[in-house]
Amino acid sequence: MIAHALTWRRERRVLPGFGLSLGISLTFVSLILLLPLTSLVGQLSQLSWSQYWFLITDPRLLASYGVTLFGAAVAAIFNAAFGLLMAWVLVRYEFPGKRLVDALMDLPFALPTAVAGITLATLYSSNGWIGRLLEPLGISISYTWIGIALAMAFTSIPFVVRTVQPVLEDLPAEVDEAAMTLGASDSLAFRRVILPYLWPALVTGTGLAFVRSLGEFGAVIFIAGGKPYETEITSLMIFVKLQEYDYAGASAVASIVLATSLALLLAINLWQGRFIKRLHGGRG
Amino acid sequence: MSIRISQIEKTYGYKGHGSKGHGRTRALEPIDLDIHDGELIGLLGPSGSGKTTLLRIVAGLEQADSGSIHFGDRDVTRVHVRDRRIGFVFQHYALFRHMSVFDNVAFGLTAMPRATRPSSGEIRSRVMQLLEMVRLQDFAERFPAQLSGGQQQRVSLARALALKPDVLLLDEPFGALDAKVRQELRRWLRHLHEELHFTSLFVTHDQEEALELSDRVVVMSNGRIEQIATPDTLYRQPANRFVFEFLGDVNRIEGDIEKEVLTCGNARVAVPGIENGRQELLLRPHEVRLDEQPSTRAHLPVSVTAVVPVGAEVRLELEADWLGEPWLATISHADFERLAITRGKRLFAQPSRLHRFDTSRPQTLAPLSAS
Repeated sequence: MIAHALTWRRERRVLPGFGLSLGISLTFVSLILLLPLTSLVGQLSQLSWSQYWFLITDPRLLASYGVTLFGAAVAAIFNAAFGLLMAWVLVRYEFPGKRLVDALMDLPFALPTAVAGITLATLYSSNGWIGRLLEPLGISISYTWIGIALAMAFTSIPFVVRTVQPVLEDLPAEVDEAAMTLGASDSLAFRRVILPYLWPALVTGTGLAFVRSLGEFGAVIFIAGGKPYETEITSLMIFVKLQEYDYAGASAVASIVLATSLALLLAINLWQGRFIKRLHGGRG
Repeated sequence: MSIRISQIEKTYGYKGHGSKGHGRTRALEPIDLDIHDGELIGLLGPSGSGKTTLLRIVAGLEQADSGSIHFGDRDVTRVHVRDRRIGFVFQHYALFRHMSVFDNVAFGLTAMPRATRPSSGEIRSRVMQLLEMVRLQDFAERFPAQLSGGQQQRVSLARALALKPDVLLLDEPFGALDAKVRQELRRWLRHLHEELHFTSLFVTHDQEEALELSDRVVVMSNGRIEQIATPDTLYRQPANRFVFEFLGDVNRIEGDIEKEVLTCGNARVAVPGIENGRQELLLRPHEVRLDEQPSTRAHLPVSVTAVVPVGAEVRLELEADWLGEPWLATISHADFERLAITRGKRLFAQPSRLHRFDTSRPQTLAPLSAS
């Protein structure tokens, strides 16, 4: 045993700094990610299972799950289509101002979400620039699920664009040329050749956008209005409970959001790994 | 099906920029080329010679500025690539990597409109027949990433032949493969062509490949056709200096000629039937003979700087102070042993033939035979 440990120690890596860099990284991960999560679990431990169950199945909270999931799903589907289109335009065509549009794609990441929220709320409120035009048509966006989905879509679109874009750039023009020489129509070539190629990236990007939308707070609350049972999102419920100094209740809700997000991220990663493995030779 | 290319012209760059050469490059001068039914034609040229552009225009993947293309009697100049009934093989295979080998080959058949599409049973038997032809029937369920480069290119060829195209076009089909696989695929394509007799046009920058495969070779440079000829004619009677230099290694000798003798430093060689003045003459490595003594007609002292005794012949590199750049010579193993050649050995070169290209018609001169 000891001899084995010694030989292991003597094996030196060629790249320097492994111990130091990994050490710093792990410390950092612990401080920034794990410590807050631990305190969340700490808060939860004050609750019994029945209390926990009672808290997370509160009808108002259940309604908020529905609103959040529905809004995030609509936003994700919208982003899948629109983000794919944006990535397509940015990769496949040359036009003046292309670099500017490319840079604008990152704006939702750079902009404080509260700023986005206020801007959207004023634009789409019944006397805002766009809201005023839509009101006579009987469409109201503020304080409805449409507004929620819109705000969620705004903050999460870069996920789709930025995951699809590099894959599309790697797609050789020869591949769709090959499809065309074989007599495929444009739509068939897109459906059967290009889309399957982009599929993993598109699903990953959409999944990330969905997860991000589930937890979105700043951009959504202003436009959502927060009517109980109708436009109240789950992250707002956490905020409400915190304002009432109900830390245990807030933690209970937060744990649900966290668990859902982690589960989805894990699922996306596993699925992507399997897909890529298949493309690179393995069968499953 | 025969292919008739007439007056095809192509310029790259921004349209509307008035003057020529300003932000515009001429990719193809007006080109005329007739390809007979069932012929296998090689487009040979250095990179940037316009050979790939010409191939892509024939395929319909690019549009010519002017000129016309006929497949048989059918004018396809304005026909979209998907309706031209061509098969195209790409240098990097361009296989659909998310589909199995079977689905790749079946793609063209399944992409047909429902009314004309064969039944799935017919597709199945046709694809298996094609896979058998490219000797990949056991690989039908594999994915492209699980195949070697040569196998992928064979899949790509089967895919291109699935729709029984009028014309098969290949863009540097063996360019991405290693030497041994390339040899094998070349021979195999030649056999396939003899069997199926498709009209075919392929692009290559490899002289050997063009000469070995083609019925006729089209040599191109700078967007122009330099010569169209059978491999044999091309090698023996090059139309100009470009073709001569492109088709193989070339040695040069430059000097002043007086009374049919070329002098260059301490070297001289008799060149019968040549006028006085400064001249540059060319010869191939196999047209250099070596001897221990100068002859009355040639006094060309050289020293051996490199020896490559691999293959059917021995390749030598020769240097001398009267030479601008070293000469290459290929001699038989028998001569190599007789002369006991080692590096640094001093010998005398005897050119059996010299070529000149400054006259309107290329001329071949024989310095060793008395005139």
